[in-house]
Amino acid sequence: MDFTLKIWRQNAPKEKGAFETYKISGITPDCSFLEMLDQLNEQLVREKKNPVAFDHDCREGICGMCSLYINGRPHGPDDDITTCQLHMRKFKDGDTITIEPWRAGPFPVIKDLVVDRQAFDKILQAGGFISVNTGAAQDANTILVPRDKAEEAMDAAACIGCGACVAACKNSSAMLFVAAKVSQLALLPQGKPEATKRVKAMVAKMDELGFGGCTNTGACEAECPKNISISHIARLNREYLCAKLKD
Amino acid sequence: MKNLDARIPDGPLHEKWTRFKNTCKLVNPANKRKLDVIVVGTGLAGASAAAALGEQGYNVTVFCYQDSPRRAHSIAAQGGINASKNYPNDGDSIYRLFYDTIKGGDYRAREANVHRLAEVSGSIIDQCVAQGVPFARDYGGYLDNRSFGGAQVSRTFYARGQTGQQLLLGAYGALNRQIALGNVKMFPRREMLNVVVIDGKARGIITRNLVTGEIERYGAHAVILATGGYGNVYFLSTNAMGSNVSAAWQAHRKGAFFANPCYTQIHPTCIPVHGDYQSKLTLMSESLRNDGRIWVPKKKEDAEKLQKGQIKPADVKEEDRDYYLERRYPAFGNLVPRDVASRAAKERADAGFGVNNTGLAVYLDFADSIKRLGKHVIEERYGNLFQMYEKIVDEDGYTQGMMIYPAVHYTMGGLWVDYHLMTTIPGLFCAGEANFSDHGANRLGASALMQGLADGYFVLPYTVGDYLATEIKTPRFKTDSQEFETAHKEVKDRIDRFFSVNGNETVDSFHKKLGKIMWENVGMGRTEQTLKTALKEIPELRNEFWKNVYVPGKPDEFNQELEKAGRVADFLELGELMALDALNRRESCGGHFREESQTEEGEALRHDDQFSYVAAWEYKEGVKFELHTEPLKYEVIQVQQRNYK
Repeated sequence: MDFTLKIWRQNAPKEKGAFETYKISGITPDCSFLEMLDQLNEQLVREKKNPVAFDHDCREGICGMCSLYINGRPHGPDDDITTCQLHMRKFKDGDTITIEPWRAGPFPVIKDLVVDRQAFDKILQAGGFISVNTGAAQDANTILVPRDKAEEAMDAAACIGCGACVAACKNSSAMLFVAAKVSQLALLPQGKPEATKRVKAMVAKMDELGFGGCTNTGACEAECPKNISISHIARLNREYLCAKLKD
Repeated sequence: MKNLDARIPDGPLHEKWTRFKNTCKLVNPANKRKLDVIVVGTGLAGASAAAALGEQGYNVTVFCYQDSPRRAHSIAAQGGINASKNYPNDGDSIYRLFYDTIKGGDYRAREANVHRLAEVSGSIIDQCVAQGVPFARDYGGYLDNRSFGGAQVSRTFYARGQTGQQLLLGAYGALNRQIALGNVKMFPRREMLNVVVIDGKARGIITRNLVTGEIERYGAHAVILATGGYGNVYFLSTNAMGSNVSAAWQAHRKGAFFANPCYTQIHPTCIPVHGDYQSKLTLMSESLRNDGRIWVPKKKEDAEKLQKGQIKPADVKEEDRDYYLERRYPAFGNLVPRDVASRAAKERADAGFGVNNTGLAVYLDFADSIKRLGKHVIEERYGNLFQMYEKIVDEDGYTQGMMIYPAVHYTMGGLWVDYHLMTTIPGLFCAGEANFSDHGANRLGASALMQGLADGYFVLPYTVGDYLATEIKTPRFKTDSQEFETAHKEVKDRIDRFFSVNGNETVDSFHKKLGKIMWENVGMGRTEQTLKTALKEIPELRNEFWKNVYVPGKPDEFNQELEKAGRVADFLELGELMALDALNRRESCGGHFREESQTEEGEALRHDDQFSYVAAWEYKEGVKFELHTEPLKYEVIQVQQRNYK
């Protein structure tokens, strides 16, 4: 298969970027999207040109490091996957593919397709945990969690922190990301003692870092590679309201 | 040869760890604030160690090469974590977990370490549940367990097929809490490129800021490496693309011994290789072997038709299928340890019974389980794995079965550590997959997560404290000393050298060539001849690398080719040591299979009279290595030929 690639190139955070066009040929349908980019980079390095910088690591859809806005969609045209799991069989021979970094104020571009997502770490540092010191825990089976709650908590906990929800949202809202953690911990008895403090601190940090408001368009859920439901945003809103009412 | 003292406490095996905890030196809270600890790596071992040490009040500085600590490759572990809780009442105990781990490791692990691991395993589950890790539960709300390879009890706790992710996010949460409290400082997108040794003790590290390219210096009273395994020396493995040996290798070059490098684990259930542009291999969790049955056709003509795509697996009648693991190992069946399952798959493929177009695949079939339990149960247990399979292979695993083949997955070898998890450089500790300690020659499934968290949460907080108690009068380290200058210069010189070569070959092309040499000669089956071939070809390739590699761009910018160049340069030295170690060990044990040393039935044959030792290698100038040995003494376990029949 042959493709024309329009790729965002930007040398440094403050420098101006632009699209550049590349041709690549001889790609097989079994090849993954990132392996296609590997081949482009191999080609560029052989021509003694600078390769395209992009984030990636596990290449099995779980570390959350890969990103890429492909033909206007975070993680590209397939559903329920990350970019590293996208395969070229999802494109047609001869297609032109446009590749951009995540576009969101709180995720500034570092180089080419690489963005800085430390804002997500900062939100979780504001309260996305249970305060338990190592060694303090009682026997695991003394905390009973109803199976349906455990399953729902797991659904939320599946978030990989990739940022597709923010990239998909017209307001660059991080509500789905924040909701996933708040919801996971609110569903579990272990998370209850800090629930009020947690939800307020995390929402305040999200606002402080410049993420936009949620207007319930549902784009985040549609693009989430882990299929995290916006019903968790509803739970976040409930938790937040209850917490605020107690103020 | 140096005398390697593992500093194992006295007393009966089951009292050693308690005695250590009762008698180790402690640091009072006011002094802890004055002591600095560096942790490199944020996987299960690194994140848990950093969090636990931060909780105790030490000043902790943490580094990772990814953009966030949450990305470390522990996140990709799927199946579960072992603990001897005996919740299912099926006969498990600390002793049995200890026994299974020693046996699974083919009697090449240290008894005292493994017993300690089994002792703390239960506390790990308690800790993780308290952190909010959403483990699978039964309808009564109690924790659920499943079985795993190499054990006859169900002691594996799991969170769907994402156990590593959930445990890592738990440890990452604990780490975030300490960052928020100011006890831990986190430096992502940093790669450790040197260790600073002052008066014989590890006192700091040199890192490269991967965003700006700046070379940075950090001092500390102790340094912990939790930097993972070296499976990427094979180029294709289940490791993350960035997983590398460089931190451990730089420590090795500075005097830390490297133990048992030839012990590599080839995981039996991975998606087969499909093309030469392929960048990595994807694991399908071993837990699938609970409900999947592994087979190839009995008749060669069926295998040939399957290879040519003329028939589908469903066309092969039940009586024409060879469930070779059930046939060869009736007691453990599909749940034999990984090394045994991998070799059995290779044996069938080599004999011409492989099933995909390359002939290098076997079937993992779920038809029986689906019939017995219903598709929804299988979907609930492994849904994400079937989805992953479908996305990669474009086939439905429920109806077609999965095609699988062994792939490099884990490395049991690593930096030599004593009972305190300290390397041969005082003050330099090593935890998790990066050390060699607990798995002998083969790791059992669901034991890597257990070891990483045991080291980080429950071992290092005691042993690092014991070391730091002797350092309370040592002031903070200034990073302008001669030793820091020298270490900094070494890093800078090496980076400059990459650019000055200015050759014509890409870094990846060297990595692929090295991977091919390793897989063909130091892979699943090794002979004296293949190892000698590797020992000839690797140094040649290394010379070629330093003459003809091309690294684009500049040193002081975001430069992923430069990052790769450093890692491949280190792999080009490690690969040679692996071959040397494999050549030295003229026996088969666990993941190390010397074809000259096998039983009549083709099983691994150990030579305990000659090789019941840990091989710990010292680095010498000019990529030379000197062997030291730590004899393994078994006081409690009776050493036997492993038998899973």
